[in-house]
Amino acid sequence: MTRDVGAALVALALVAAGAAPIVAPHAPDSHFSQLLNAPPTIVRLVDAGGRWHAPFIYPWRLVNQLEQRYEEDRSTIAPLAWFSGGKLLRSSNDEAPLLLLGADNYGRDVFTRLIFGARTSLALAIASAFGAMFIGVSLGAAAGFSGGAVDEVLMRATDFVMVLPAIYVALALRSVLPLVLTPGQVFALLAAIFAIVGAPFVARGVRAIVRSERRLDYAAAAEALGASDARLLVRHLIPAARGFIAVQITLLVPAFIIAEATLSYVGLGFPDAVASWGTMLHDASTNIRVFADFPWLLSPAAAMFLVVLGVNLALQDAGTVVFAESGEPRRGVKSGS
Amino acid sequence: MIRYFARRLAFALVLVIGVSSATLMLTRLAPGDFITESLGTGASQQTIAQQRARYGLDKSIGAQYRDWIAGAARLDLGYSMQYGRPVRDLIPERAANTAILAITALLFATLIGLPLGVITGSRRGGAMAGAIRAASLVLLSMPPLLTSLFLVFLAARTGWLPISGMRSATVPAGGALIDLLRHLVVPAAAIALPLAAMLERLQAQAMSEVIRAPFVLATLARGVPQSRVLWRGALKAALRPVAGVYGLVIGSLLSGSFAVEVITAWPGLGSLMLQALRTRDIYLVAGCAGAGALFLACGTLVSDVALAAVDPRVSDLRTERA
Repeated sequence: MTRDVGAALVALALVAAGAAPIVAPHAPDSHFSQLLNAPPTIVRLVDAGGRWHAPFIYPWRLVNQLEQRYEEDRSTIAPLAWFSGGKLLRSSNDEAPLLLLGADNYGRDVFTRLIFGARTSLALAIASAFGAMFIGVSLGAAAGFSGGAVDEVLMRATDFVMVLPAIYVALALRSVLPLVLTPGQVFALLAAIFAIVGAPFVARGVRAIVRSERRLDYAAAAEALGASDARLLVRHLIPAARGFIAVQITLLVPAFIIAEATLSYVGLGFPDAVASWGTMLHDASTNIRVFADFPWLLSPAAAMFLVVLGVNLALQDAGTVVFAESGEPRRGVKSGS
Repeated sequence: MIRYFARRLAFALVLVIGVSSATLMLTRLAPGDFITESLGTGASQQTIAQQRARYGLDKSIGAQYRDWIAGAARLDLGYSMQYGRPVRDLIPERAANTAILAITALLFATLIGLPLGVITGSRRGGAMAGAIRAASLVLLSMPPLLTSLFLVFLAARTGWLPISGMRSATVPAGGALIDLLRHLVVPAAAIALPLAAMLERLQAQAMSEVIRAPFVLATLARGVPQSRVLWRGALKAALRPVAGVYGLVIGSLLSGSFAVEVITAWPGLGSLMLQALRTRDIYLVAGCAGAGALFLACGTLVSDVALAAVDPRVSDLRTERA
């Protein structure tokens, strides 16, 4: 049951990110200059006079400019409209925008940016995980298949990368490159750095599996039938590591989401104009009152938690503990649920 | 045994020298240096040249590296341009702060995580085991970046604990130590909670495997009380896989403490290195990276010793393989 909940959380995040332009009520960079740091609008069914309506919101009215305090304007009702203007749900009154998670320092809708940020953060994490898989499987298969000196050198190298604190490596690699890059360049750069840092975890397991599978009868049979080394690896040995690879990749995704957030948080990730969960937290951190007065600015942290929790729940028995003493996989994927 | 530790020491030395050299080179090769970052665009060519010569930035990269490594051999790690002090004086204080944070967190994580793991690992069902397992799963999904934001949020809302820094500006009633401990709670808990959850899961898994072993049944059959079997015999046998991951835990401790140091403004090694990287203060960057690597090396060495203590087979095996 819990596994389904986990899978549902992950699926929800992926669908929301994929359909961001429809799910989000606004454009990610549209500002509401009258609503800086406005709190979330509360969706109501009953108005102040006790009458029932279709879902509606009250607009915010600024009561204290200096402290940015708002009050609901009970005199007008802004009904919510489904599927209007190409959006899933939006306010029918442009003066009273729907702010499900409030607005940020610049008066941008936090919910909208959260959904668009999911695109950036999840896409980067998934791309990096596939990069790590590609590098890791190649290195691991090469090491496990050839053995000897190649194996020794490759495994020492992975030992070295694994023992380093990953975030320091990412930080050092990122910060030596120019600070000002286009979002596309940042994406490619971060994906490359994450792939390199994540690859050893895949490589070690794949090496162990390739090594042990190679001794089995079916591998010997394939070899005796004249299969080339490449065919043996690609058709027989690497597929044997399929389950392990799938679990590893899924475990790397949350780690990469957090890594992006950490780098963007300290100002070495995406530029502020790009919506990502990390840049949103970075924006939030510049405001000293965020914790006490504007907690909705921290919603990217909640989103990250839910996605990571979803992955952990979905993988509950398959890969909670991936490291045995030897770095070999402890468990494969359980079949079925 | 001795050969094994000699090898580990050699590896540690290579790690420290390799990491600090690599960061020095990388930072040197990066566009911009401390002078361009700090003087801005208004400075005259002459001032820039003068300043560069003062810090040895005008030399070729090879010469600079040679001078630095020669100095490092005499424990002279160069000069921080930003602070105007030798790197050797700056690092120990910051490293000590990170060590206080990391060791407190590790201690708490172990004290909380291992006993809970014994409980969940030795019971199939029950409300308590279920609750612990659920709490672990939630905390496992909150890496230090998220726990620290959450705890800072709680502390700011309730006003019970200070949310940033390491000491108050003025020493409050109760003395400096109490003040330090109060500042330590949020950052240490932020690192310790996810770590405790990880240790709990590992310990539970190891425990549930051990209690099925024949020796446990045999001991029970001899009439040894169940709690004694669990907390003495089985626990000791189950510690082995857990001790094995401590080497990796040390690495995650440093990574975790980086995010926490930045969020809670804890004046540690991580935040110093971030600052140094931003201003291209290259000797300081190399010094911080070296200190971080030294940290790791010590950590892995200690965990190897611990592992060998729990399981004598390990050292023989490793020397054989190596």
